[in-house]
Amino acid sequence: MPVTALLPERPRLSRLYRLQHEPVQAAWVLLYPEGMVKLNDSSAEILRRCNGTLTVDEITAELEALFSVQGIGPQVTSLLQEGARRGWIV
Amino acid sequence: MAGSSELSPAAPALPAAPGISPPLWLLAELTYRCPLHCVFCYNPTQYARLQAEMSTAQWVDVMRQARALGAAQLGFSGGEPLLRDDLEELVQEAHRLGYYTNLITSGVGLNAARAQRLKDAGLDHVQLSFQDSTKELNDFLSHTKTFELKQKVARLIKAHDWPMVMNCVLHRHNLPHVDKIIDMAEALGAEYLELANTQYYGWAWANRDHLMPTREQLVEAEAVVNRYRAQPNPACRVLFVIPDYFEERPKACMNGWGSVFLAVAPDGTALPCHNARDLPGLNLPRVQDQLLADIWARSQGFNAFRGDAWMKPPCSSCDERDKDFGGCRCQAFMITGDAAQADPVCSKSPHHAKVVEFVRRAPEHRGVPIVFRTDSESRRLHPGG
Repeated sequence: MPVTALLPERPRLSRLYRLQHEPVQAAWVLLYPEGMVKLNDSSAEILRRCNGTLTVDEITAELEALFSVQGIGPQVTSLLQEGARRGWIV
Repeated sequence: MAGSSELSPAAPALPAAPGISPPLWLLAELTYRCPLHCVFCYNPTQYARLQAEMSTAQWVDVMRQARALGAAQLGFSGGEPLLRDDLEELVQEAHRLGYYTNLITSGVGLNAARAQRLKDAGLDHVQLSFQDSTKELNDFLSHTKTFELKQKVARLIKAHDWPMVMNCVLHRHNLPHVDKIIDMAEALGAEYLELANTQYYGWAWANRDHLMPTREQLVEAEAVVNRYRAQPNPACRVLFVIPDYFEERPKACMNGWGSVFLAVAPDGTALPCHNARDLPGLNLPRVQDQLLADIWARSQGFNAFRGDAWMKPPCSSCDERDKDFGGCRCQAFMITGDAAQADPVCSKSPHHAKVVEFVRRAPEHRGVPIVFRTDSESRRLHPGG
């Protein structure tokens, strides 16, 4: 699939970003030099698994098992592509 | 990292109050002392009269309280924060609390040993300021011989694998060098370059006519930036901070008063913006005297311009008031004499013509000497103050 060509095989978070849970905001956030992005729950679950070890398919399978859903591959890919475009993942 | 933040027992969680969001950004202005003398510094011109500094323990307490309120970004700034020899200790505590820690520095005072200690303490990022791509202008504008030192510091930052933001304040003297400044940022390996057009506060306000660019200079510089951004895979992300005097609408200053930003001055004064100290009629408590949660949620100073109930026409009925919050209160006060007026950079402001005149007439007012930020100039500008 040409759309996945932009994605690394085993995505990981760029060293410029730090993913962390913020109790006061009740959300996961991405922290980077002088900035912060508040993530929605599904983005956070995907990004938490971008550790350079799991493949995109493995991340998808993990989430499908965890939430007892099927066919979320396109959403995972689309979030990862957005993350790659913004420089969050490499 | 996640879950490592520890709530200070002295700081109760922010009580739910309508319209009050938690502070997300803590700017710790550790000191107003600085080895540089930059003509565009935003520190208060009366800084020489504000020399009291909080102790290590007082700063630690502020960081704990702010973290418990929700602050996640922490900027160590000044003045030059490296002049505090407890900086490593403060960074270490900030890191332990779960902050993302930013050191905002001129680089003066950062040697290999100190860089290693800051790395070990958990410092996340360094923002290094340059004044220009040339030694001559850098050293003239900062009134110091620091250009080569900054190059060394940039290499030290990269050697410690910190993300580096290079910051360069722009004005009529260096706007024509924007291409060279971008080249320098790339050569030094900066991940981000912040090209911050001068905002006229503090010393920059005193030197406004000397710094004011022409619209042509700005248009040209922005075109250079856009050409760089349009390249395939530019190495450096370039932020171009728009000079608001040349705009028709104000900036969303501080993202709204008392909305996300909390600064603490060297003497412990809590500020909704760095320059709020100069606004008349504001009661700004010191963190030594009152809990931060109270200051943030209930003090007169933090509530004075929160929300939109304080607004006057044209802001009060403006359909953009939720977007720019009426702009900057300090700019409104400095230019109109009333902090509750619309920021006069807005073309809807009845005072907008003053801003247009500032720009137009700047070249006529360059007969006076430029004012370097020094203790003696500070005392001269504020005799007995």
